[in-house]
Amino acid sequence: MMERKLKIISNIMATAVLAMFLWWAQTNLGAYHTQILNLIAVNIILALSLNLIYGFTGMFSLGHAGFMAIGAYTCSILIMTPAQKEMLFILQKAYPWVQEAGAPFVVAVVAGGLIAALVGLVVGAPLLRLGDDYLGIATLGFAEIIRVLANNIPRITNGALGFKGIPGYANIWWNFGWCLFALYFIVRIVNSNFGNTLMAIRDDEPAAKAMGINIFRYKLLSFTIGSFFAGIGGALLASLVSTIDPKMFLFTLTFNVLMIVVCGGLGSLTGSVLASIAITILLEWLRFVENPIFIGDFELKGIPGMRMVVFSLALLFIILFRREGLMGMREFRWEWLLGLFRKRGEVK
Amino acid sequence: MKPEVILETRKLTMRFGGLTAVDDFNAKIYKGSIVGLIGPNGAGKTTCFNMISGFYAPSDGRVLFKGADITGTPPHEVCRAGVARTFQNIRLFGNGTVLQNVMVGCHVRQKTSWWQTVLYLPSNLKEEKAIAEKSRGLLKVFGLEHLAGEKAKSLPYGAQRRLEIARALATEPQFLLLDEPAAGMNPQETNELMGFIRDIREQFKLTILLIEHDMKVVMGVCEHMWVLDYGETIAEGPPESIKANPKVIEAYLGEEAIADA
Repeated sequence: MMERKLKIISNIMATAVLAMFLWWAQTNLGAYHTQILNLIAVNIILALSLNLIYGFTGMFSLGHAGFMAIGAYTCSILIMTPAQKEMLFILQKAYPWVQEAGAPFVVAVVAGGLIAALVGLVVGAPLLRLGDDYLGIATLGFAEIIRVLANNIPRITNGALGFKGIPGYANIWWNFGWCLFALYFIVRIVNSNFGNTLMAIRDDEPAAKAMGINIFRYKLLSFTIGSFFAGIGGALLASLVSTIDPKMFLFTLTFNVLMIVVCGGLGSLTGSVLASIAITILLEWLRFVENPIFIGDFELKGIPGMRMVVFSLALLFIILFRREGLMGMREFRWEWLLGLFRKRGEVK
Repeated sequence: MKPEVILETRKLTMRFGGLTAVDDFNAKIYKGSIVGLIGPNGAGKTTCFNMISGFYAPSDGRVLFKGADITGTPPHEVCRAGVARTFQNIRLFGNGTVLQNVMVGCHVRQKTSWWQTVLYLPSNLKEEKAIAEKSRGLLKVFGLEHLAGEKAKSLPYGAQRRLEIARALATEPQFLLLDEPAAGMNPQETNELMGFIRDIREQFKLTILLIEHDMKVVMGVCEHMWVLDYGETIAEGPPESIKANPKVIEAYLGEEAIADA
């Protein structure tokens, strides 16, 4: 066992190193690479929140895109200026309260998270009585309902046109700040006895009941916290990409997050973080397969969407040969890193 | 002074459609005793347990714990009231460590809440530490402390059985229900287990109700027992009278055995 103080110091130092890296990145990296870094931060938030719901509490939820949409729309409405909204809502005028609503970026992001959490609480109450696959189908339906709603309440969401020119407040500092907050929040939960009870519910519900755990309440709590961070992730994403419309929140968005969580390892936060970084970078890097490739004089025409094929194949291999994902259920520990150094020291 | 009744069932009945799994089960269990519920396979013993521990709402009848009616209360509240149980087919939290399994049991008595964990409040840190300490203490009693960091599902069978009892005790029960604790054990292990059950009764001031279908093993440890067959209580009393009861012998060995004897 390592002392708590040493752990805290290590964590602060790691944060400082990250901050220095971000500071360096901000000045030395171009817009394209910075955007990838930003996407990594958002993906980490999303993956952590889904892992809490699916990996740690064992609730197979496919509703992430829905919660992200709620966060994204809430935040966008709050940070766009009234003049901007006047220009955007060309089909039908926005409701006065949508038109007038405005808040600083922090408040807007928190509001996005809170409304997503509230919706999570309301839909979770009936849905979480379902088990396994049925819950997956029901939450998938929920996400679709949210998307269809966004299409059909033009006075709030501007219908199929969506929003354009959302202010890009979500810079590298905001994104990584929220990312660290989510990481801290979820790590604290998972490592506490509350986290143990969530694990208990995942592993054996009847036994958890017999241990005096009100499983419905705890499932709902975990689901709501997960929805909150999904909302936060959606809010940041909206400001990051500056354009949102209902089509963005298709099932594929949930699938992307699910892929990260499964590749990283269900029940491993470290895995989620590493997989978020790796997959976000790979998705960008793999773009080269879509460009024309020259082999000598022979030219292979690039096929758009080819990288998704490559990615699907990669995922297939992961499921076939390493089903538990990158990390299984293991987590990064400082002791572990220290042990590595110690061993090396002994060899010398 | 008459000993206090800790758990009482009145006309407890469970019907699944047309099948009556348990019919009119009446029992008075005195505080501090070890009593048994025996019967052949499918006699309705586990159904009785499920009704007492809140997993089934009985079709008819009442369950009284310390005088209070707990009929039909959900399992987690029954546990909070002070009734803990184990399962016939061991149900551990397989991916958690041995220590985590016991800590989950402590949760029902935990006062600080999850948001206090997130806020890093000293009261929560202190309680979490105390829970870990208490859990280690329990593991020591059960001789499992050296396995604290192992995954629960990687333990050998006997250790899993003991861990399940340790976990149940972590909820600080006054009444413990053991569903076939000796299942799958050889005679020597069973003997040790029976001695152990007596020990924990003293140490944790428990009242214990245990299920067994093997009559020999319960004879030594139980002070009083009920015999179920096809859902009906066919006999009740101390071990000696049960042993001599022709109805019990018939249920276990068949009618020919009596004719032969």
